[in-house]
Amino acid sequence: MSDPVESRESRVEGQNAPPSIFNSQSPQSPNQKAWRRFKRNRLAVLSACFLLAVVAFILLWPLISPYKPDALSDAQFRLPSAQHWFGTDVHGRDLLVRVCYGAQISLLVGIVGAGVSLVIGVLWGAIAGYAGGRVDSAMMRIVDVLYSLPSIIFVIVLITTLEGMLKNWLATVASAGLAKTTRLLFLFIGLGAVSWLTMARIVRGQVLSLRSRAFVEASRALGADHARILRRHILPNVWGVVIVYLTLTVPAIILYESFLSYLGLGIQPPMASWGSLIAEGADQMNAIRIYWWLIAFPGGLMVLTLLALNFLGDGLRDAWDVRGGD
Amino acid sequence: MHFLRRLAFLPLLLLIISLLAFVLVRLAPGGPFDRERKPASPEIERNLKEKYHLDEPIWKQYGRFLNDLLHGDFGTSLKYRNHTVNDIIAQGLPVSLTLGMLAFGFAMGVGLPVGFITAMKRGHWEDYAGSVLAVLAVCIPGFVVAPLLIMFFAIKWRLLPVALWGSPCQVMLPTIALGLYFSGKIARLLREGMLNTMQAEFITTARAKGLGENAVLLKHAFRLAVLPVVSYSGPLLADLLTGSFVIENIFQLPGIGVFIVNGSLNRDYTMVVGLVVLYATLLVVVNLLVDLGYTLLDPRVKYE
Repeated sequence: MSDPVESRESRVEGQNAPPSIFNSQSPQSPNQKAWRRFKRNRLAVLSACFLLAVVAFILLWPLISPYKPDALSDAQFRLPSAQHWFGTDVHGRDLLVRVCYGAQISLLVGIVGAGVSLVIGVLWGAIAGYAGGRVDSAMMRIVDVLYSLPSIIFVIVLITTLEGMLKNWLATVASAGLAKTTRLLFLFIGLGAVSWLTMARIVRGQVLSLRSRAFVEASRALGADHARILRRHILPNVWGVVIVYLTLTVPAIILYESFLSYLGLGIQPPMASWGSLIAEGADQMNAIRIYWWLIAFPGGLMVLTLLALNFLGDGLRDAWDVRGGD
Repeated sequence: MHFLRRLAFLPLLLLIISLLAFVLVRLAPGGPFDRERKPASPEIERNLKEKYHLDEPIWKQYGRFLNDLLHGDFGTSLKYRNHTVNDIIAQGLPVSLTLGMLAFGFAMGVGLPVGFITAMKRGHWEDYAGSVLAVLAVCIPGFVVAPLLIMFFAIKWRLLPVALWGSPCQVMLPTIALGLYFSGKIARLLREGMLNTMQAEFITTARAKGLGENAVLLKHAFRLAVLPVVSYSGPLLADLLTGSFVIENIFQLPGIGVFIVNGSLNRDYTMVVGLVVLYATLLVVVNLLVDLGYTLLDPRVKYE
């Protein structure tokens, strides 16, 4: 996954920065400048480190831990202790392992959903901005309309209706095991499909301003076709902005997913996500006993992760100066 | 002119949305009568379908639906068969709308001052404290805030009721739980808007003319800086109305959110389509009003 990115980066560097003798005076590419600005933002760098640590922990801990996320036991509602660091839940399951397990799914949905929104948003925005004129205004009009609609209601209707169809179809075409993952698939697609609007607007604005720049004109004069201009000249320059908004889309989708899971429409048991874990905790709340750890730990980790993602996104945005550009 | 055209466009949009919802719910496997007493005989099911015209071809059903809709009738709920969808809307919508409006007021009432102060005191402790609180608010979803509020205010300190709806005391916790997230968002938007506006040249001009700092900030800067907040308030209302599903669920409020969730799970065709059309109409109209307000605030904005 990281390899092609790296080789691309180094190629870009090789193009923009002349060999090392000139290095001190050589103009830095916008990406390099932004990267240096980013590294000075301590909060953002700290957030990035925190996120890496969280990801490493939630992936590794379930492998080391003596407990399984689905293993039931008689030790119900145990307070956090040396054996169960986060306590246990209503079925006596170890909460720490369940939180890790839920975090994996929440983050997966966030990242894949953001990826889906990236593909739709970039394509939509790039085409609208590049085509201009009537196509542009029609496409952006659609975005405006979609903006004003209650997207979550559509996701709810989509998930509850189309999912059944897809499940039946998958069960006949493929195996029943694959049919079980349809909910996850639907979360990816559904949440991505309602989160691309801002991305499309921003990409369109960037493309619109890039389209009339001299180097694009030059390329067109040299006979490059549209596909080449988009691929070689426009999209590479949009990339920084896209990454910034991608980082801000991930927490938004994680919130969406947890919202749906809380309503019982997202991740289904025995699978878990942060939202469904918090919902399980809130179900157990009553006036006689408060099992605070059932909400505090999944909720706490979720809030910390979202905070870090937001700080990281803000830091990237400031570094790339997305708003201030043009 | 622009607004007239959009107004004319509105029925078409609602038509498309209703058609989409109408077809989608009917495409789903299962039907509204699946959970009848277990061995429902085919005759019963046939009669039920006939009564609610579900045996007709879909275009005919849609035509019937549109005709009823023009007469202001959303039809009878297929699950709660002694209630019409109109009844359910009439009972639930006031609760959901009140909650949404209160939360809107809370979000604005908290978000705007915090955003304003953090922008004014940039770099001071007020800025840091306010900004951290605002980010925190944006990162804590309502369904985490709500149980925490209940835990402390209702169960531990016994200051406010756990659930129910009606008196001002009962309204407080749901309003905060729903509005907190959005107050953080508004504070962040306004802070950024203020910081951007303060660099504009007309601010320098205003200061050079010798205007007092308060007049500069409130009359000149704020008016422009609040624009992002205004344009956000359309989507904000959509989020408030749909965000209240969870809050209504937690505080057991008799709102409308539960019906849309259960309606789509139960394949309650009329309910789902009716509520989708209702929400879409509400939001499209609100967005139109927001855009109108936008042009009033910023005369430079012209739609075509």
